[in-house]
Amino acid sequence: MIEHLKVKPLPAELRGWQDRIERIAAEEGLDFFPTVFEVVTYDKMNEVAAYDGFPVRYPHWRFGMAYEQLSKSYTYGLSKIYELVVNTNPCYAYLLEGNALVDQKLVMAHVYGHNDFFKNNAWFSATDRKMHDALANHAARVRRYQERFGLSEVETFIDTCLSLDNLIDFHRPYRPAEAQSSHRPSLDLPEELAGGLGEAPRLRVSARVDEAVNSEAFLEEQRARLREERARAARFPREPERDVLMFLMESAPLKPWERGVLELIREEAYYFAPQRVTKIMNEGWACFWHTRIMTQRGVLAPSELIDYADRHSGTTAARRGSINPYRLGLELFRDIFDRWERGRFGRAYAECDDLEQKVSWDTRAGLGLQKVFEVRRHHNDLTFLDEFLTPEFCAAQRLFTFESNPRAKAWQVASVEFQDVKRKLLSQLTNMGQPIIAVVDARYQGRDELLLAHTYEGVELDDAYTRPTLKNLHALWKRPVHLQTRRKSRRGDVEGVLVSFDGAQYSERVGG
Amino acid sequence: MKIERDHARFREIVKGKVRENLRQYISSGSIVGKEGGEAVKVPLPQIDTPRFRFSGKDRGGVGQGQGAPGDFLGPSDQEPADGEGEGAPGRPGEGAGAKELELEVSLAELAELLGEALALPKIEPKGSSTITAPKRRYKSVRTVGPSSLRHFKRTYREALKRAIATGEFNPAAPVVIPNRDDMRYRSWSEDALPQSSAVVIYMMDVSGSMGDLQKEIVRIESFWINTWLKSQYKGIETRYIIHDATAKEVDAHTFFHTRESGGTMISSAYELAARIIAEDYPASDWNIYPFHFSDGDNWSQEDTLRSVALLRDKILPASNQFSYGQVESPYGSGQFLKDLRKHFNLSDASCKVVCSEVKSKDGIIDSIKEFLGAGR
Repeated sequence: MIEHLKVKPLPAELRGWQDRIERIAAEEGLDFFPTVFEVVTYDKMNEVAAYDGFPVRYPHWRFGMAYEQLSKSYTYGLSKIYELVVNTNPCYAYLLEGNALVDQKLVMAHVYGHNDFFKNNAWFSATDRKMHDALANHAARVRRYQERFGLSEVETFIDTCLSLDNLIDFHRPYRPAEAQSSHRPSLDLPEELAGGLGEAPRLRVSARVDEAVNSEAFLEEQRARLREERARAARFPREPERDVLMFLMESAPLKPWERGVLELIREEAYYFAPQRVTKIMNEGWACFWHTRIMTQRGVLAPSELIDYADRHSGTTAARRGSINPYRLGLELFRDIFDRWERGRFGRAYAECDDLEQKVSWDTRAGLGLQKVFEVRRHHNDLTFLDEFLTPEFCAAQRLFTFESNPRAKAWQVASVEFQDVKRKLLSQLTNMGQPIIAVVDARYQGRDELLLAHTYEGVELDDAYTRPTLKNLHALWKRPVHLQTRRKSRRGDVEGVLVSFDGAQYSERVGG
Repeated sequence: MKIERDHARFREIVKGKVRENLRQYISSGSIVGKEGGEAVKVPLPQIDTPRFRFSGKDRGGVGQGQGAPGDFLGPSDQEPADGEGEGAPGRPGEGAGAKELELEVSLAELAELLGEALALPKIEPKGSSTITAPKRRYKSVRTVGPSSLRHFKRTYREALKRAIATGEFNPAAPVVIPNRDDMRYRSWSEDALPQSSAVVIYMMDVSGSMGDLQKEIVRIESFWINTWLKSQYKGIETRYIIHDATAKEVDAHTFFHTRESGGTMISSAYELAARIIAEDYPASDWNIYPFHFSDGDNWSQEDTLRSVALLRDKILPASNQFSYGQVESPYGSGQFLKDLRKHFNLSDASCKVVCSEVKSKDGIIDSIKEFLGAGR
């Protein structure tokens, strides 16, 4: 264990509770990494939270900014961090000094839920469980770069990289290794593609059927295919690349230390991505378990009931202006548990159109626990909601969509229909709520200019941010950069637009 | 703590941004407004890391709770209100980045930046050792006092000591009952702290010819002057006088928002200022800064002479510096500035009158420099 991870041992009382809660969690079937709790002051908590839960990060002002915001909202009583848990093995979790015992017990029970989720959910399977070490190494590396190349030089470069750190392909770690292709232009093209302007390949058949098989139409088809493949081979990258950071790492004209910085920023972006795609599930799962452990297993003392209820309802309160992931996750897990406990799934249930029968449907299937454990293993937020959100659930939870009404200059409830709510939720979760942007051509216009394309799905990009981001992209690519996107024109129809930055000025070309 | 370095670096960047844009902040008046606070909010969109992201305008979202299609959730230039949403414990990173950044800069830091940007000299206060202000601090404990000041820990300790010494203490039933002799109370002592104090007397012509723009200029300029003087003195008082043909003392709000009509008699204001100084601020103990803003129109030459006499005989001997700011207005003649120049030798370093002409908001910063540049 590295030096900075030495933790103070827990006070005996909390230690006793930890043992007890851990035992219960294990009995309930949770499967978790060893857990290390540490009690910290609010100031230390804010510091650790500013560093995303880790004790050491590379030196950068953005952590100072996060710290300032956290401290300020704590000082003004706007928010308080109760718990902080880190996806590592062993799993580190922080308790806030001075909290009541009931809070500490609740947080511990909650943490075992997170811990189980980190260990078992498929989307976390590719994360580095020794991230403490990796991040400490990143910190050392950045400090070394700063000593050699200058503090502000390195800082500016980190700023540039951070500006692009949402341009990753979060599915990438789950692909088999050979599919994680690299983009270094390969010189060993397939022979038929490399072989100049050779004749279209004829099928080798006996002379007797040659004329019938290798007909002119067939040959023409072959030639067309060949032309297209040649064009594709000449294209760079061959397929649109969502992992823009990797593409830049491999192909942008960077100094070795710059490549090093970009690499570590990318690595961290991938490390934190699973938490972003499972936020609802992760919180829901932890809440699901803290309620069971606290209320059904005798952890909660009768005198603590009111405080517990207050804390729990505060955490899982419904919000009108946004989705509370704690609540949505918890309620959906409970709904799944209930449906599988009573056999309310499958064809017979779906096809039942007798309302009375459907309402009282109960086959005593008793599969609830088994199902929720299965769900927590395989799903992420997107598939979780796609698969398990039901019209009944939406109505019971009073979910609605809202939109801005430009005339009233106000947000307005738009719909309470299941399909609308579901579509909106899914669209918000797609690609972690980030626009889908890929490198499509690095030899754009034959001049090594970089073309990125945004896949437009009804929401346009924020122009005020697009331009400075393009500028940062240019700082890495060092040749003109372009972004193809779409937006609503003043007349209201959607038009293509190419935003470019050539190092000195921006330009826009409408069309396409 | 390790965060300190990152936090210090962040503050440094913020200050750098403010320094870069100080001139613009001053002339636009964008950080004036929160009167009386210890800090101001500075809008800083530039420090946000830009990323490709969705535009907020046609996004909308999903909410939960009572709501039928058509119900309003609040103005769309803000985040939709969460209704009775209790503060759910946030996890790191939650909700960050969506809003334009607004950062707090303390007035002391702001003054420092202003001083740096305008190369303002530090002021040598007078009478600094003569005034002392008693300051109460609770730092001792005694045996008598009101029960509101009871020191629980010390009392308990005394009681416990006594119980053990007398053998009353029973570890099996550790009940300790304090008696009267055990009681301990917090107590204070008074320290005399040397203090230097300053008073700023703002006078403004509110006659018909002073428009809203002119008042805005005065407001911005007085904010920065206050900020600077506050950084130079421990305690600072401000008094406000408005005048047209007659003068009266008002509070800050009235000062900046009143509009009168009618003629202008500058002497009326000077007379009132002289009286305030004589009554409340003995010159030996106070650093006195009268500021007068006007468009330069005065009722008559006779009144001007009276004003100059008041200035020379009553106000100047008591003051560190008398500052006259002439705000350009389409109706004003600007005559008073010329008169002051005639009666006082402004280029003489020992002359305590400083005049400055403010033509527009952009001129504010140079005017501040002229007023505060002498370091008096």
